[in-house]
Order: sequence, then C-alpha cells, then structure tokens
Amino acid sequence: MKTGTRLVSVACDTEVMVVRSADVDLHCGGHLMVDAVGERSAAEPSSEFAGGTLLGKRYAHAGSGLQVLCVKAGQGTLSVNGVALSILESKQLPSSD
Amino acid sequence: MNLLMLLEMVAQADPDRIAVTAGDRNVTYGELLRRASELAVEIHPDDAAAAYLGENSPEAVALLFAASMRGVPYAPINYRWTDTQINEAIGRIAPVSVLTDQNCSPRVRTGPAVRRMGRTGATTAIAVTPDQDAPGVLLFTSGTTSAPKAAVLRNRHLVPYVLDTIDFLGAGADEAILVSVPPYHIAAVSSVLTSVYSGRRMVQLASFEPDEWVRTARSERITQAMVVPTMLNRILDVIDSDGGGLPDLRHLSYGGGRMPAAVVERAMRLLPTLNLVNAYGLTETSSTITLLSPEDHRIAASSTDPAVRARLGSVGRALPSVEIEIRDETGSSLPAGRSGEIFVRGDQVSGEYLSHQATDAEGWYPTRDRGYLDGAGFLFLEGRADDVIVRGGENLSPAQIEDRLVAHPAVADAAVIGVPDLEWGERVEGFVVLDDEAVRPEALQEWVRAELRSSKVPAQIHVVDALPYNETGKVLRRELRARLAHEGALG
Repeated sequence: MKTGTRLVSVACDTEVMVVRSADVDLHCGGHLMVDAVGERSAAEPSSEFAGGTLLGKRYAHAGSGLQVLCVKAGQGTLSVNGVALSILESKQLPSSD
Repeated sequence: MNLLMLLEMVAQADPDRIAVTAGDRNVTYGELLRRASELAVEIHPDDAAAAYLGENSPEAVALLFAASMRGVPYAPINYRWTDTQINEAIGRIAPVSVLTDQNCSPRVRTGPAVRRMGRTGATTAIAVTPDQDAPGVLLFTSGTTSAPKAAVLRNRHLVPYVLDTIDFLGAGADEAILVSVPPYHIAAVSSVLTSVYSGRRMVQLASFEPDEWVRTARSERITQAMVVPTMLNRILDVIDSDGGGLPDLRHLSYGGGRMPAAVVERAMRLLPTLNLVNAYGLTETSSTITLLSPEDHRIAASSTDPAVRARLGSVGRALPSVEIEIRDETGSSLPAGRSGEIFVRGDQVSGEYLSHQATDAEGWYPTRDRGYLDGAGFLFLEGRADDVIVRGGENLSPAQIEDRLVAHPAVADAAVIGVPDLEWGERVEGFVVLDDEAVRPEALQEWVRAELRSSKVPAQIHVVDALPYNETGKVLRRELRARLAHEGALG
C-alpha cells in the first residue's frame, strides 16, 4: 500500500488514506478494504469489528508501522491480521502561525 | 494526500462552521469548499499554476484549495512589487491562470499563457488523484539579498506537518486567529492549512495597520495571532497608549525576522497572561522549524542564570521532526557555542526551487542564515550569511553589534553593515534611529567598545530618521549599502 492511497470499507462508510505505508492487508468491519475506485458490497461489519471509525483520527498498527487517516467515518473497526488498530494522538505543538 | 483533503474533511464534518471572516463577510467551511470547486473550473487544464495577486481575502484561501483540486500549485504573488516585477514573476510560472483583487486587476498583462480568472459560477466535479509528490504551493522568496526565487513546496512537505501536530477540528467554537501577514508569505500559507484542519475561524485584515489590528482583535474577540517583529512593537505602542489591553488574546506568535529581546520583554510586561511563541522558519522549510514555547519564555524571563535568561533572544529549539546542524565554511559540523551556517533537515524541508535543488545528497538544506546552538539546543540567529562582515580576516556578526547599539537608552533602532575598505577589506558602519537626539556618535562607539571587542566598533555611525524595512519586517541592508555608495559618489 503506497502512501496517499485511499481505501474504502466494503462493510460501512469508512474511508481511510494511507499516511505511512506497510506491506499488510487492512480490514474494516472484518472485511478486506478495497481501492476507492473498487466496488462496494453490501456486507455488514462483523460483530467483533463493529466499534466504528472516527473522522480525522489517525490509526496505527504497531507491528508493521502502518498509519492511516480516517477521511470518512463508519461503523466498522480497522484491523490488520485480526488485531484492531489503535488511535494515534497528534503531537501538539504551541501554534506558531 | 494533498492540501484539498484538509478542507474536504472539515467541510464534510462541520460545513456550517465559519472558516473566514473578512470585514462583514463570513464564509463557512461548506461555502469555502464550494467556492474552491467553482474556481477550480476556471483553472485551465494546461496551466502549471494558479496565481493570486492581491491582499488577504476569502478568495485567496479558496484558490489555494481550488489549485489543489486541479493538481497544480497555488502561487500567491507579492502585490508590493512593481508591475514589471509582478509580470516577470507570473511569466516565470506560466502557463498560469491569475486571480486578482479589484485593485490589482489592471496590473496583470494577460497573454496566451497568462489567463485571467473570472466568476462564472459554474461547478463541475473535477477528479484529480491526490498525489503527495505534486507541488501544492509556489512561493517567491523575499529576495532581500538576491533576486526572488520561486520555491516549490510539495504536498508531502506541507500535509504531514499538519496531520502530525494539529487535532482535526480541535479548535474550540470561540477560537479565532487574526491573519495580517500578506498572502504571499509562508506564514500566511501555513496558517491557512493549520487553521482549516483545526476548524479555527480565520479573521483577515486586508493589510497590516496597528490601530486597525488592535480594534479588530478586540471586536472579533481574537484568541490568537501571528505577527512579524516590526508589527509587534507598533501593536504594543497602541495598547500602551490606550490602556485597553487585549482581553481575549491567549496566544501570540512572532517570527519572520530577528526580534529584539527588549520588545519581547515589553510584550510580557504589557500582556502578562499572554502565551508567547517565537517561531523560526523559512519559505523553503514550509515555515516553522524551531520554537521558543510560552514556557521557555517564562523560564527565561524569570531566571537569574544569564545563559537561561539569554534564551529570550533565541528562536527556541528544533521541532521533534526537524534536525539542525551548525557548520563551518568547510562543511564540518560545529559543537554548541560555535557560530556557523545553519543547516536543516526534515520531511517538511523542500529546499527546491523551480530552477534548482538546494539540498545536499543527505537532505540537508543550507539556510544561508548564521547562528549557534547553546548547550541545551536553543538556536540563536546572527543574521544572513551574506551579511557577515569580514574585517581583517575576522568574521563579525551584525546582529551582535546591533543588539548592543539598541540596548543604549538613546537608541530606538540600529543596523550595521560591512563597507569596502582598503585597509581591512571591510569595515563596520552603523545606522541608528535615536530616541534622544542629544547623544553623540562617539558616545555610541564607546558604548559598543565597553562590551564588545574594538574590532566590532563601527568606524562611523550615521543618524537616520528610520531604517528601511520590507513589509514583513526584514531590514533592507542593500538599501543601506546603496545609500553609502551614493554618498561616497557625491562626496
């Protein structure tokens, strides 16, 4: 997955953009995410991956270094190899502009 | 990823939030995105850039995102240049579509490769695949020492900094930033990006005027602002004389030139609860690379340790994502305390111009600024490398001599330059603006000698009414040199 790639969930409205790439498969709602140009199916998020995504939050997979930014929120949970991604907090700096 | 994405996300999440206030006009984030879509239609598919010529306006902000929508860079042009300079600059980035404000409209010479944008009101969906390597912004450097160069800032230089340091829609509903730096300054560009992503309202002043700045800060309940050094002292003059303070202002950052420590101390005295941030950055580094935080200011101001107290005159420490190195003429890295040229490296550092790439193979960018780091990593600026005075083989920093002159109670402002000299190669000459006309130049020379080496004492001190500054607070040394050369020719 290249940095800047957009991926959409087939199971909910979630859309993410890859901020730091890694060679892993990203799932949402328990289903493999597809290229933004791909087709969505009507699948539902599976019950163990239905925690939802939050717009504007960055999610990280510690094992691979993958980082994605949620650009559209949905009902599914992001995961890699069955492990849910965690929210990455921004390193806030005093505003300089 | 691209710049447009930042606005799209906010417009999607909170379209009715106010993005820009200009006079009586309020533009919401939803409207801003809609206006960007309209302007994008008017950018010709063959264009290499979308230029803006004019004062701060919601249109300028919309154009930045419209250009991103089209996959071309936004290029704000300095409206203070002459018509010849403006058209030369526009010609260099052609083929280009140009948007102007009303005053600047007659100044653009159109042609086959220079098109004027109008208001057609059309909207057509445009799908450009976001490309992190695409140029997002073209900015002309201020050109205080040489002809302006067009710096290229790509999406990957600009966007990660925003994502790493700003909470999406993190601004409170009451937060408003007052924007008074002109749109062609890197601080104005970076302010748009961080304000948009945090959902903060941007209140624009068409151009800077101190009374108007203070009036707007009070009436619009401004919570934060960024100013260049020349602006801050003039703002403090207004507050000092009317005693009204700035009750809503919580956060003031300053940068864009060396700020005398005396001005910082005055600001802390007049506005004691204000959080002050000093930021140092360049166009070529996508703005801020070092910060002196509010806490740094308070620790320095209350310290009895001269080394800590001196940090009030520093530009703070490097951002976590940025590396700074001081190097000598041979390119060797120098330890703390030693002066040399400032080199910088990091994801946000472009160092690229339309004409050439200025970073080395390891990604280090030579800033052409001189300075040194103290033991704790605080960076002290000493001016442009080109301004260093070489007197009898000794490198002299104008900044140190200027600081000493300004510290004299009778001196309001000072600048020193190197003047060609048969015996020394260069000699030091100073220009001072006096608060007390009675003081003699000889007394000022003695004042410098008492603190610094005799080689640093200006051979001559000229009393002037004012120093020449550009509009973003940089002293124009080439004008001072020209003035002396002119006098020399006459004399």
